[in-house]
Amino acid sequence: MWKITAEAICHQFNQRIIFEGISFSLNSGQSLVLTGANGSGKTTLVRIICHLIRPQAGNITFFQDEREVTLHRLYPHIGLVGPYLQLYAQLTALENYKFFAKIRGLKIDLKLFKSFMAKMGLAGRELDELHTYSSGMMQRAKYVMALIHHPHILILDEPTVNLDESGTTLVYDIMREQKKDKILILATNEPEEFKFGDNQISLDA
Amino acid sequence: METTRFLWMRNAIIVFQKDIQLEFRSRYAVNAIFLFAITTLTAISFSIGPIRLHSNVLAPLLWIILFFSAMSGLSHIFVREEEQQTADTLRLVTSPNSIFIGKWLFNLVLLTVLEVLIIPIFMAMMSVSVENFLVFLSILLLGTIGLSSVATLIAAIIAQASAKGALFAVLSFPIALPILISGIHATRLAMDGEGFSNCLPDLQILFSFSVVIITLSLLLFEFIWRK
Amino acid sequence: MLENRWWKYFLGLWMTFVILGIFLYAPPAEGLGQSVRIIFFHVPAAWIATLAFLISAVASIQYLRNQENRYDIWAFSSAQIGIVFAIIATITGSIWAKKIWQSYWNWDPRETSIFILLLIYAAYFALRSAVEVTEQKAKLAAVYSIIAFITVPFFIFIIPRIYESLHPDPLINPEGKINMDGRMLKVFLSSLIGFTLLFFWMLRLKVEARKIQFISEKKSSTIKNKGKS
Repeated sequence: MWKITAEAICHQFNQRIIFEGISFSLNSGQSLVLTGANGSGKTTLVRIICHLIRPQAGNITFFQDEREVTLHRLYPHIGLVGPYLQLYAQLTALENYKFFAKIRGLKIDLKLFKSFMAKMGLAGRELDELHTYSSGMMQRAKYVMALIHHPHILILDEPTVNLDESGTTLVYDIMREQKKDKILILATNEPEEFKFGDNQISLDA
Repeated sequence: METTRFLWMRNAIIVFQKDIQLEFRSRYAVNAIFLFAITTLTAISFSIGPIRLHSNVLAPLLWIILFFSAMSGLSHIFVREEEQQTADTLRLVTSPNSIFIGKWLFNLVLLTVLEVLIIPIFMAMMSVSVENFLVFLSILLLGTIGLSSVATLIAAIIAQASAKGALFAVLSFPIALPILISGIHATRLAMDGEGFSNCLPDLQILFSFSVVIITLSLLLFEFIWRK
Repeated sequence: MLENRWWKYFLGLWMTFVILGIFLYAPPAEGLGQSVRIIFFHVPAAWIATLAFLISAVASIQYLRNQENRYDIWAFSSAQIGIVFAIIATITGSIWAKKIWQSYWNWDPRETSIFILLLIYAAYFALRSAVEVTEQKAKLAAVYSIIAFITVPFFIFIIPRIYESLHPDPLINPEGKINMDGRMLKVFLSSLIGFTLLFFWMLRLKVEARKIQFISEKKSSTIKNKGKS
């Protein structure tokens, strides 16, 4: 059982306040959707939640079974997909997989990897360097790398950008699967995706 | 978890291996650093001609070449991550210290490989005779560790700034000065055939400075890495 | 304390006496002549350049620990004053060197050290100007300040060993006995104290000014923000 709590998050950029007083609490089996126009700070908030940025004020705390999890223990349990998060384009999908699996402490399981690639519609492209992928394929590859370690906390920033209809359907399945018994956070502008969030935080001022 | 300490080191090796793999594919930093060194060396040798230089000119020349070659190639390891937007990906998979040590190893290997190639060429082109070769090697070893440590730390800083190229040398130079001064001084002594005991003070400085820089880097890197 | 007006007048009076003393009271040093009077400006300037660097580094450490903007303001303001005094020290030192050693620059230990300090200051400001985001700028600058500060003990060790010193140590030895003539010593110490107080006064002014500037920038951007929505 995991829990994420945010208390009074405030952040400023170049001395301009982007948002303040953001608070929420999420348990396993719940999901959160962040909405707001471009530039409203959705991405910044996502990055604060992932501990990529330290907020000006406030805390984000992760709990596993009531005990606080520090950042160093968090890595195997978190997965992020976003337009500003790229994979290693000069390496092949397989090499990327090996890197991410090893560094997260997983055993290399080629069958699992192949099945993930197939599920995301990338079967047969395992040995191609990622810079040969189209943007849609790259987005699908990002999902492979973000899900390979079955993270309990999945955070998606603009989940369906660059994806065609089949890709979008795949992602919706992933989101549904995740919010069943794990934690899902998504940031989006697409109204059809709002329903994936049990809770909603709107960042428009 | 007793495995946490080994995990730290293991992840550093994994980051290192990944960076080596990437470098083999693109050969960006290797090319930059080697071409720079060869060009500089050629320019110097060509301009000076057949004149045999004294050790108090050769020693500084060697370290100037090494320093500026380092400046042309050792920032790539961090700058590339930011420019290709893989830095945040890396931030989410492992701790800052693993990342720093992994990249420090990469820069150390890069600089060492350069020296293995360039120094024989330097010695041939400039007709260098080193009387005390063993001391010379130890100076190079310690100096390389020191120089790559400084370069890695500063590279982490400038990766998040603009105007990265010029800024890298400007920021690194004052910090690298203790290495350069001691390295040049001891190299001259080694070329002149001085014994180990005479070079010991310089070697001690090179060693202690490297230790201080690496320790400081491990303390400060987290502040640099986490935005 | 420094806000009190009487401090300003006291300091002004003190410095007036110091300057009078430099030119009228202190005797010319043996063998060095009238030009030695530059020492009363040169040494305090070098001292303040170093002190400012120290304060900047300490403020930087505090900034990394607390993330409070006022520490960055201290670090930055101290560095600004420090670089000015470092330039003054380098130039006065060079002028004096030309006068008594017939050469503007020799890379002797003291000259080398003040030059390195100047380089570090220049690098610090180059870094600050290369980072756009205010919070990042402060953090990276603080880290660099600390790194640069750590190298200082090493410089103290290595620089004197390399070159023969041209500095007239027998006359002015900050560690051991000070072989200055009594009157010279009085003027020298008064100058040192006076300049140090001047530095702290300038620092306070600068910090207060920046704080006000900072608050007004914040206010104007909040008003801009409110106006938008």
